[in-house]
Amino acid sequence: MNKKQLEEKIAFSVLTVTMLLVVVPTLLIIGYIIFKGIGTINWEFISAMPRKGMREGGIFPAIVGTIYLVLGTIILALPLGIGSAIYLTEYAKQGKITRLIRLAIMNLAGVPSVVYGLFGLGLFVLFLQIGTSILAGALTLACLILPVVITASEEALKSVPQSYREASLALGATKWQTIQKVVIPHAMPGIITGAILGIGRAAGETAPILLTVAAFFLPRLPKSVFDQAMVLPYHLYIISTQVPNMPQEIQYGTALVLLGLVSIFFMIATVIRIKFKMANRA
Amino acid sequence: MLGSQEMVVNEEKMVHRKSLKRNIKHRIWEYLIEKIIFILGITSVVIISLIFLFLFRSGIALFKDVSVKDFLFGSNWFPISVNPQYGILPLVTGSLLVTTGAILISVPIGVGCAIYISEVAPPKTKTVLKVIIEFLSAIPSVVLGFLGIVVLSSWVRITFNLSSGFTALTGSILVSLMALPTIISISDDALNALPMEYREASLALGATKWETIFNVLVPAASSGIIAAIMLGIGRAIGETMTVMMVTGNAAKIPDSFLTSARTMTATIAAEMGDTVRNGTHYHALFAVGIVLLMMTTVINLIADFVLHRGRREGR
Amino acid sequence: MAKISVDDLNLFYGDFQALKNISLNIEEKKVTALIGPSGCGKSTFLRTLNRMNDLISGVKITGDLKLEEQEIYQKDVDVVSLRRRVGMVFQKPNPFPKSIYENVAYGPRRYGIKNKLQLDSIVEKSLKKAALWDEVKDRLNKSALGLSGGQQQRLCIARALAMEPEVLLMDEPTSALDPIATAKIEELIVELKNEYTIVIVTHSMQQAARISDETAFFLMGELVEADKTQKIFTTPRDQRTEDYVTGRFG
Repeated sequence: MNKKQLEEKIAFSVLTVTMLLVVVPTLLIIGYIIFKGIGTINWEFISAMPRKGMREGGIFPAIVGTIYLVLGTIILALPLGIGSAIYLTEYAKQGKITRLIRLAIMNLAGVPSVVYGLFGLGLFVLFLQIGTSILAGALTLACLILPVVITASEEALKSVPQSYREASLALGATKWQTIQKVVIPHAMPGIITGAILGIGRAAGETAPILLTVAAFFLPRLPKSVFDQAMVLPYHLYIISTQVPNMPQEIQYGTALVLLGLVSIFFMIATVIRIKFKMANRA
Repeated sequence: MLGSQEMVVNEEKMVHRKSLKRNIKHRIWEYLIEKIIFILGITSVVIISLIFLFLFRSGIALFKDVSVKDFLFGSNWFPISVNPQYGILPLVTGSLLVTTGAILISVPIGVGCAIYISEVAPPKTKTVLKVIIEFLSAIPSVVLGFLGIVVLSSWVRITFNLSSGFTALTGSILVSLMALPTIISISDDALNALPMEYREASLALGATKWETIFNVLVPAASSGIIAAIMLGIGRAIGETMTVMMVTGNAAKIPDSFLTSARTMTATIAAEMGDTVRNGTHYHALFAVGIVLLMMTTVINLIADFVLHRGRREGR
Repeated sequence: MAKISVDDLNLFYGDFQALKNISLNIEEKKVTALIGPSGCGKSTFLRTLNRMNDLISGVKITGDLKLEEQEIYQKDVDVVSLRRRVGMVFQKPNPFPKSIYENVAYGPRRYGIKNKLQLDSIVEKSLKKAALWDEVKDRLNKSALGLSGGQQQRLCIARALAMEPEVLLMDEPTSALDPIATAKIEELIVELKNEYTIVIVTHSMQQAARISDETAFFLMGELVEADKTQKIFTTPRDQRTEDYVTGRFG
């Protein structure tokens, strides 16, 4: 083996090690949570109210609260985000203003989630007097994922070849018919993937809901969108930091349920994307 | 099957309007749709402006009670003492310390891993690795924080023989996990975007694969890699729950990685619940939010600038 | 009889004038070829005829364009109605990523035809006119992207014909195709002129000579000469035309 080959061998070994340093901890984290949490998961844990200061019973209200919150976020953010992306790519005159808007959106995508929490608290909870509630939380999370949804949808819309638009218009289709029948169908997988990843992110966020929705302990289901609610990520935060003598099984079980919920969104998005890639290759 | 119907339907040909004049039906529908989409677009723009406006309006109010100098350079953050002081220096240094630690860990590992995925791994491994890394980005920060409390902090405490495992280092390790997916995926994109000719030209000149990577590909992708690192820094600075759960949160200027630290994000999350609306403390936390917003804005703009410059030079 | 008459047309991209004082009559049920070196404005001119230039921002047009005595560029003109009467085939085949059937049925569906039988008949008729029916009749529901380049281009022609246009604009329709596929399309164009007015942009003088009845020679945004094809290629009036068609140009 000459010097060059030896050098390459060493370099590649180092690269392999860096890869393992990412992959192994990730798999360990997932494996460990599953291993420690799986024993707690049973029907009661998922469907019962918490009891004895959350030290016993289930996490049903937190699951329901999360689902309400995610649904609210979807209803608010998706039409707005996708509509805005269509406006920006298909209708708006491209120029300095759209460049500025895009820059602001890109910048917002990098703003810490706790800053969204501040904004949500200030605007929705206090200024608009919605109060600490599912609605305020969903509005806040919708703002949080709006930049993600817009950016992903814009990317997807831009990836539709201009020749498709031209062909459709030249056939006497109107602009909206072209967007509806050619552009959106082609961009759909990309839009859905972006949306699901955004929603997955919303489902796992804690900091924004800490300030806008979350109830410490509320062993009943929310009655309306103006109610406070227990939410899974916040619940995990509470039981791992604020409640003394908390049984570890419940902590791990809650972590596993949260991880599982987020994984579902993630897996749907991954499957759609892989299918889409294959379809594009064919 | 199609042919048999021809006789019947040939009668109803498409009759084109001979006039080219305005078609009212088309016009109204298209007009309505365009307006609806315009309203959606504008709503987003309004929300975006509101976020900026609202934060600034609430944050600026602090400076009626506290001078800018005391806020930015004060080294005491005592918001609820009898003589409250709002100096964010301990919080800024806390954030910077945790971020620096996280970046020191995640940059070499992340860039190495990106090179491995883009240039070394066989295609199938590549797909699997990408999925794993994306999954890492999907793990909620509160789950990592929880593992930090129950597993990592005791490891840190025992390894370094400390009285408490809730240190800046513990936060840095966990935050590095959250910055890694950003760094890896954007660096990987940058490497992937390089034309195949670069690789072929270098290999044809007798360079090894590693020499090609080190001397040609990484320099060519450097702007993308730098942007990736910047966005990783942004991600690390903004991380809230994990650091709040594991860094101990003592509001004093930290002197080493092995002491407790309190970040700006954790301060907002931890204290907001106890403030009086429109009180000085309330405004102070918004002001901290503005500082965070400005930091991430600068980082994002640098990343955007570097990326655009790289693209222009590439062409 | 002139199907389309153009009088003193000027077109600007911002400050750049891409077309200068163009006047031309396009005869009904004839093939008119637009020739000239690249960048001469022939494609731009073609795209003014169905207002596809509207898609580009910053385009300004002056002059008179008429489709059968009706102004094309006027405020209250419905471009949708215009484009239904003036169909277009593009340089690169651009079928939608849909089935062959759906590609052809796309225009009629937007027109509002929902009847399956009627659509079936339109699809069959259009594909037959485009000489593609026999090759694809057994796989109408397969993706159009699985067809060869030449087949894709004939599908695009069928798709345009399905709208029963009066005029068919073709923007270098064979430039992305091999010689055999090109010959098929050329045959088809000669066939189609019995029913349609065809305007074709081509970079190949042989192609213009083979298939067109009228030829217009463009140079740097100007229409140098337009006449019967035979005349342009044998006894052109302008020296520049002669230089170009004899290959002495540039």
